[in-house]
Amino acid sequence: MSWSVRRRLVVLALVVVVCAAGSVAFVLHAQRRQAAVVADAPPVPTVAPSSVEQGPRIVFRSTLLGEGYGLVAMTPLTAPDSARALTDRACERVYAAADHLLCLAADRGVVTTYSASILDENLREVSPLPLSGIASRARLSKDGKLAATTTFVAGHDYAQTSFATQTLVTRVGGASYGNVEDFTLVHRGTVVRPVDRNVWGVTFGDDDDTFYATVAWGGKTWLSRGSLSRRTLSTVREDAECPSLSPDGRVVAYKKRQGRPAGQWRLATLDLASGRETLLAETRTVDDQVEWLDDTTVIYGLPRSGADAAVTDVWAVAADGSGSPSRLIEGAWSPAVVR
Amino acid sequence: MYITLRDDATRGSRTGRTRVATTVLLLGVVSMLTDISSESVSAVLPLYITAVLGMSPLAYGFVDGIYNGASAVVRLLGGWLADRGDHPKWVAAAGYGLSALTRIALLPAHGFAAITAVVTVDRLGKGLRTAPRDALIAEASPPEALGRAFGVHRALDTFGALLGPLLAFVLLAALPGSYESVFVVSFAFAVLGVAVLVLLVPDLRPRRARARSSGATDGATGGATDGAGTGPPPRARVSVRLVADRRLGRLLVAAALLGVLTVGDGFLYLALQRRDDLATEFFPLLYVGTNVAYMALAIPLGRLSDRVGRGAVFLGGHLALLAAYLVAAGPGGSWVVVVCLLLLGTFYAATDGALAALSARLVPAAVRASGIATAQTVVAAARFVSSIGFGLLWVALGSGGALWVVAAGLAVVLVPAVLLVRPLDRVVA
Repeated sequence: MSWSVRRRLVVLALVVVVCAAGSVAFVLHAQRRQAAVVADAPPVPTVAPSSVEQGPRIVFRSTLLGEGYGLVAMTPLTAPDSARALTDRACERVYAAADHLLCLAADRGVVTTYSASILDENLREVSPLPLSGIASRARLSKDGKLAATTTFVAGHDYAQTSFATQTLVTRVGGASYGNVEDFTLVHRGTVVRPVDRNVWGVTFGDDDDTFYATVAWGGKTWLSRGSLSRRTLSTVREDAECPSLSPDGRVVAYKKRQGRPAGQWRLATLDLASGRETLLAETRTVDDQVEWLDDTTVIYGLPRSGADAAVTDVWAVAADGSGSPSRLIEGAWSPAVVR
Repeated sequence: MYITLRDDATRGSRTGRTRVATTVLLLGVVSMLTDISSESVSAVLPLYITAVLGMSPLAYGFVDGIYNGASAVVRLLGGWLADRGDHPKWVAAAGYGLSALTRIALLPAHGFAAITAVVTVDRLGKGLRTAPRDALIAEASPPEALGRAFGVHRALDTFGALLGPLLAFVLLAALPGSYESVFVVSFAFAVLGVAVLVLLVPDLRPRRARARSSGATDGATGGATDGAGTGPPPRARVSVRLVADRRLGRLLVAAALLGVLTVGDGFLYLALQRRDDLATEFFPLLYVGTNVAYMALAIPLGRLSDRVGRGAVFLGGHLALLAAYLVAAGPGGSWVVVVCLLLLGTFYAATDGALAALSARLVPAAVRASGIATAQTVVAAARFVSSIGFGLLWVALGSGGALWVVAAGLAVVLVPAVLLVRPLDRVVA
């Protein structure tokens, strides 16, 4: 290339014009398309919250495109895929139990910040929770009195080469148990203190003390049983993430890697009494902390494929490995069953 | 062959104050545009991956790890390629181009593997371009103003890093959820950066320039000429021995010692947050604060390094880091946060450019990119070791105790570091 300065500047000017025009055109196109999607989206059939919020219900994050995307919604447990009641509260992750609702929200700005709060049945804030990262998992105990949040904390990791999670357990309106990562960790009968440990995905038992969570260190994950009063966490079984206790407390469901590449999991359940593990009939990769529809069925969110990934559906599959998965709620994420 | 932009020819011995070489300003603009591009994507990538693609933060963490880790090895390769081919510009252009392509590749990438691949390629591009670009800055600048040149470049670079997230925010505010728009606009900025580099930055050839101007010739013309096809092929060979110069060795040892005691700012922010119960929503703002200080101080400290020696400023920067540890570990109120960020910004402004300027002058021009790459890789590796060590200390002693220990260690290590680095200023000056 032996171009003159003038020629180079002309070419640069052309590049600038093309880049600017291309960007503006794309952004305008995106704007029009977005407006069209909102306009064309079949209006989400909705009902008044008052008709749903009294009885047994499923609370979730609505992901149907158009108005109401990202808002907390609910449908009756008896008719999960019927018209939803939309609230005006936007949450990335939501959980509900008794009359409390746990909402992990992202406030997008120059610097995106994250917040967690406990809301009462009228969606008024009961108490804000400490939070410092991207929403991952949210759980309440069945009576709604204990709250657990897992967030991804950027910049908190050793050498910035691995993730770090922060899992906080708080008594609603009371003291915080702090980061579960700081609990005494017992592995095969001895106290261990791995530096690279991470804890995520808490599920509560009914006794106001026991909980299960994932503990990871040294590249392995462990299903672990914890005690809030003793501030301990003991490993139970290898290769189990994001546990979820069945309503009767006998079975715990979780996702397993089984040597799959990072980011791919298979759902399984573990009978706590017999120690028997069962792989579920869902063969797609599931990245969610499952919820129990009843004592025999688990439900979980799955994104649609490709460009439709922003829309997720909630699926259901039998907890004993039988049958096949079926879609329970269209355009929903982060389901919580309130009985 | 046309000589494109002549006035980077300040390498000759003009007296008085010279302007910053146009090549340096252009490279600064290239870095600024590229940082606007990359930081706008970095700012939204975590949310995009978790909220839109529906992957777990754990998956995001995996991606983030690659994001931060992958570039170290490629950096050495970039330096070596730049020296071997004697075309640092084209190695840098390959690196910038590679990263630019990843922006547009984000559009169809919806799965975990695809995103991981895209992010990895982006980091490889960053690793590839850094040392060749710094070698170009060194080649285009008179030795006596090298500190200022790096200061100007780093200030522009950091300015871009501050603008990027702002751009992403403005776009997402106007078009909620339209991450595609962010990727496309980011791609446009990256393309602009590559265009400025390819079209306007001269193809400086350090080795050929030395081969031609063995003293008498006008080095400037030699440096700025793209002499493809003419003149004798350059003789100098790139070898490990050329890089393993004893003077560079002194710098590497000192940088490694200091690097091992350089705690990542993430840890420091966390210590600040834990101690003062700093509202967690301010956490991301701490990075912004440090960058503002870095940007403001890069040029003044670069100028200072030209006067008092780059080694002196490099060491002084670590004194600022020591002070930051002490401030963060000691008692105090909210002013501590501001002072700590200011000190951290000072540390980066005093050390990043100075390290490149020092290493660029300590090795022969023929292996300059390799020399710079080696020094930067040593620092990166030492800081990696430091992070792991500090993590252990943190668990054992708590954040305050760990900071005291590291501060004491840094104070001790500064003594041999001064003995190692100070003589280099005399040699190079």
